[in-house]
Amino acid sequence: MSPMLLEAEGLCASYGSYRALFGVSLALPEGSVMALLGSNGAGKSTLARVFTGLVASTGGTVRFAGCDITNLPAWRIARMGLVHVPEGRGVFGSLSVEENLVLSFRRRAGRSEVSTALERAYGAFPVLAERRRQQAATLSGGQQRMLSLAKVLAVPPRLLVVDELSLGLAPVIVDAVYDGLVAIRSNGTTLLVVEQQVDRALALADLAVVLAKGAVAWQGPAAGAATAMEGILGTGSVVDAGSRPGQPDSAGQPDRPGRPDSAGQPDSVGTGEGAGEMGRSC
Amino acid sequence: MSSLLDYAIPGVPYGCEFALLAVGLVLTFRATGVFNLAFGAQAFVSAFVFDLLDEYAHWPQWAAFAVAVLVLAPGLGLALDHFLCRPIRTASTTAKVVSSLGLLIAIPQSIPIIFGGRTRHRIGYLWLNPNIVYFHIGSTPVNGADISTTVVTLGVVLGLMAMFRWTSAGLTMRAVVESRRLASLEGVNAGRVAAGAWALSSLLAGLAGVMLLPQSNSIDPTNPLEFTTLLVAGITAAAMAGMSSLPVALVGGIGLGVLENLLVKFLPPGGVLAQGLLPSLPFIVLVGVLLANPRLRHLDQSSDPLASVDPPPPPRAIAIRDKRLELPMKWGFRLLVIAFVVSCLTWVPGNWVFPLGQGLVFSVIFLSITLITGMSGQLSLCQASFAGIGAFTAGQLALHMGLPVLLGAVVGAVLAAVVGVVLALLVIRVSGLLLTLVTLAFALFADNVLFQFSWTGGGVAGLVVPRPAMGSVNFNNDRAFVMLALVVLALCMGVVVLIQRGTVGRYLAAMRGSPTAAASLGINLSWSKVTVFALSAGMAGLGGALYGSIEGPISSTDFNYVLSLVWVVVVITTGAQTVEGAVQAGMAFAVFAQVLTYLPQRVAGIEFIMFAVGALTYAAHPEGIVEYQRSIWMARVGRWLEAWDERRSRMARSGMPPGSAATGAVAGGVGGAPGSAVPGALPASAPGSAPAGGAYHA
Ligand SMILES: Nc1ncnc2c1ncn2[C@@H]1O[C@H](COP(=O)(O)OP(=O)(O)OP(=O)(O)O)[C@@H](O)[C@H]1O
Ligand SMILES: [Mg+2]
Repeated sequence: MSPMLLEAEGLCASYGSYRALFGVSLALPEGSVMALLGSNGAGKSTLARVFTGLVASTGGTVRFAGCDITNLPAWRIARMGLVHVPEGRGVFGSLSVEENLVLSFRRRAGRSEVSTALERAYGAFPVLAERRRQQAATLSGGQQRMLSLAKVLAVPPRLLVVDELSLGLAPVIVDAVYDGLVAIRSNGTTLLVVEQQVDRALALADLAVVLAKGAVAWQGPAAGAATAMEGILGTGSVVDAGSRPGQPDSAGQPDRPGRPDSAGQPDSVGTGEGAGEMGRSC
Repeated sequence: MSSLLDYAIPGVPYGCEFALLAVGLVLTFRATGVFNLAFGAQAFVSAFVFDLLDEYAHWPQWAAFAVAVLVLAPGLGLALDHFLCRPIRTASTTAKVVSSLGLLIAIPQSIPIIFGGRTRHRIGYLWLNPNIVYFHIGSTPVNGADISTTVVTLGVVLGLMAMFRWTSAGLTMRAVVESRRLASLEGVNAGRVAAGAWALSSLLAGLAGVMLLPQSNSIDPTNPLEFTTLLVAGITAAAMAGMSSLPVALVGGIGLGVLENLLVKFLPPGGVLAQGLLPSLPFIVLVGVLLANPRLRHLDQSSDPLASVDPPPPPRAIAIRDKRLELPMKWGFRLLVIAFVVSCLTWVPGNWVFPLGQGLVFSVIFLSITLITGMSGQLSLCQASFAGIGAFTAGQLALHMGLPVLLGAVVGAVLAAVVGVVLALLVIRVSGLLLTLVTLAFALFADNVLFQFSWTGGGVAGLVVPRPAMGSVNFNNDRAFVMLALVVLALCMGVVVLIQRGTVGRYLAAMRGSPTAAASLGINLSWSKVTVFALSAGMAGLGGALYGSIEGPISSTDFNYVLSLVWVVVVITTGAQTVEGAVQAGMAFAVFAQVLTYLPQRVAGIEFIMFAVGALTYAAHPEGIVEYQRSIWMARVGRWLEAWDERRSRMARSGMPPGSAATGAVAGGVGGAPGSAVPGALPASAPGSAPAGGAYHA
């Protein structure tokens, strides 16, 4: 029996003809917290979507708790205890707050447990209790995020994947959200946290993976991630592929045809050229 | 006061029928995102089978009900879900409407093929006998059909509301409606829920069909779409409900029924009002509700927060041809035209010249669909009505004023264009599904009211549009008419190509891409829209006049609203983007019909079924089947030519290093498989390797 709860090996994925992941491998031990970092467009969300079945992988395997879950339908993966809180709005806007919670609890906790789970959710986020009859679409962004968290907090899943939970939230609310994550973790849930706010994520995490241009650029204990990222992202932004002298374009980049817009894509942190070269060399 | 009540009460069961239809439309739309125009056709299938089993096979009523409504209807729904909806789940609303149009046409056409075309006069009923009066309310007799319709409708609506509100299945269904993906992240098997929704709404259609059965005196399998009033009122009630609220659909439906009854009783029967206004009232109300209800404005917008997971839709296939092919193709085309003309004038038998002429005329009409659907991306369902306006104008002018037919055709085209402008001004603010529904309402209005007067469609006897004559040349001969039609078609094709290449065409292309972006560039969308509507209507009118002229006697049934739907489906299936597509569609439509005359009458519907099935591919290939195939072949020929080039240049420079010749063949694989050369799995690297990457650059 492998002690790893989630293992990915050589995962590839694409949107139409656009390739977003190039052979990503990682392993997440049960009970730990992993931060998934990287610049915009690095493929973090895509990786999370492949794990939970929202995007089909075109190669490689995913194993969850010892079972091969590669390309299983999302609802099957969800029922195995792998819960994904997606990027952006992740609640049913047309349902009321309580209906959102009930829908989730009925499946994950069982019918008889729904009312106790509701109590726990409202206990954790009293503001939701005040608004239980309100349509979720009319909640503020932060309240919607709390609703997403309340679902998983009241009935902890086996593995929780959260994507940019802090995006667009006030610092106070981000604190609340991260307190929630800590609580979930102490319940024994394994966490995979996709985050742009690197310090926040690393403060919580044991392990870290840095993605760049759809591939793993670095992976190791969270403590070393900050310096490693500085190295990867820092040097990458100074030396740019286009400005390299004496490098014939067509011969130098044989592996780019699947990435039609990689040239036009502004890389704010400017990652990956270095990492890409490394990958190619092995 | 009590007399008012006496008049209102019979309206309630009548309105319940509207409500049943409206609730079905709302339910399907909410649960599947498809505005199911085929709902009525589904209802008809169940009604037909129920009648067949109950009245003709003498099954007990409950058994016939079980088979027709409880088994057949949901089964049909599940089949639709499997074959139709899976592929179009993430398609645009337009694609979904096109698919449901295909069904609307295909389902009724397959009934005579399966059951034969005999009209049936024995009508079955469900539950209570419609011929027995059970009691009176005031002085109004209440018969069995009234009771069963009202009770069943109320029961269905209350039951559905309760299900959505309080049951777990209802909650799940609402969640899936909002976002399939988010629901599947909650462990909901969204595919199964959607299939269940189709089964449920089809069950409702079947129930509605059987409840409506006592309304008709006979069932004609070859003309199942006679429930027009019902369809209009049903759509109106559904629109009142904003396509979302079941109780409003119920109240709206009943209200319309009561209103209609009151108007019939209170308006003087012989007056102008009852003759002209009363029949058009439903359409006016429908258009009014469609345009006034603000909740309908956002029908097309997806509510799915996870929509960004989908890859962008594949680009439309465009045939890109190699430069060297241009000359041979040009000459091939010219030869084809010459061969066509010579053949038509000489050896083609008479019974084939006529359909060829028809095909050319259809091509003119279909060009109008290229203009509006292909270029501006709007689905108009009233092109047959514009064609009718052109035809009847030319006919009436020739009959009463002796105007030459060609002149009459031009007047007819202008009149159609004017009507088009009025319609365009009405729908200028709406787009997508709403525009489609407004044009459908107009088509129904033209079919049921406008073309029924003796001064338009010639009444029951119809109208004769004479063949044109120019000086001493007249076109009574089919062969001569073919030449005339060819000239008109060439002119129309020229106009369409000019528009496509001109400013309006570019504006429209921009609008199709993103209306907001186009507007922000200062493009006047309203003006472009009105122009294209007017041109399209005018061209349809011109084609309609020619159609009348080649047919001779015509009547309102020649421009029936179903034809509009069929034409749109035919053009979209073949290719709505290009002028060639319209011509191919026109010729194929006429020629297939002629081929089918050699087959037994019973399978006459097969042509429609073929095109309708083609419409189901619209979601996958919005450019049309023919266009898609052509682009594939062009790409193939292009690759052959390139390979040939490369070989030749390699042979010419055989002394040179091999690498330098490769540069010529870069443009090859636009649609090819995504990058085959992929960096291998990037393994987890040690912290030290990042600087190593930097060192590589330095
Ligand atoms: N639906 C889609 N269709 C096509 N390409 C997509 C789609 N979604 C994402 N991509 C592309 O895939 C790549 C990876 O995207 P992804 O969303 O995984 O990035 P990310 O690391 O989550 O970035 P961010 O930090 O900005 O959220 C990007 O280049 C993006 O443009
Ligand atoms: Mg992301």
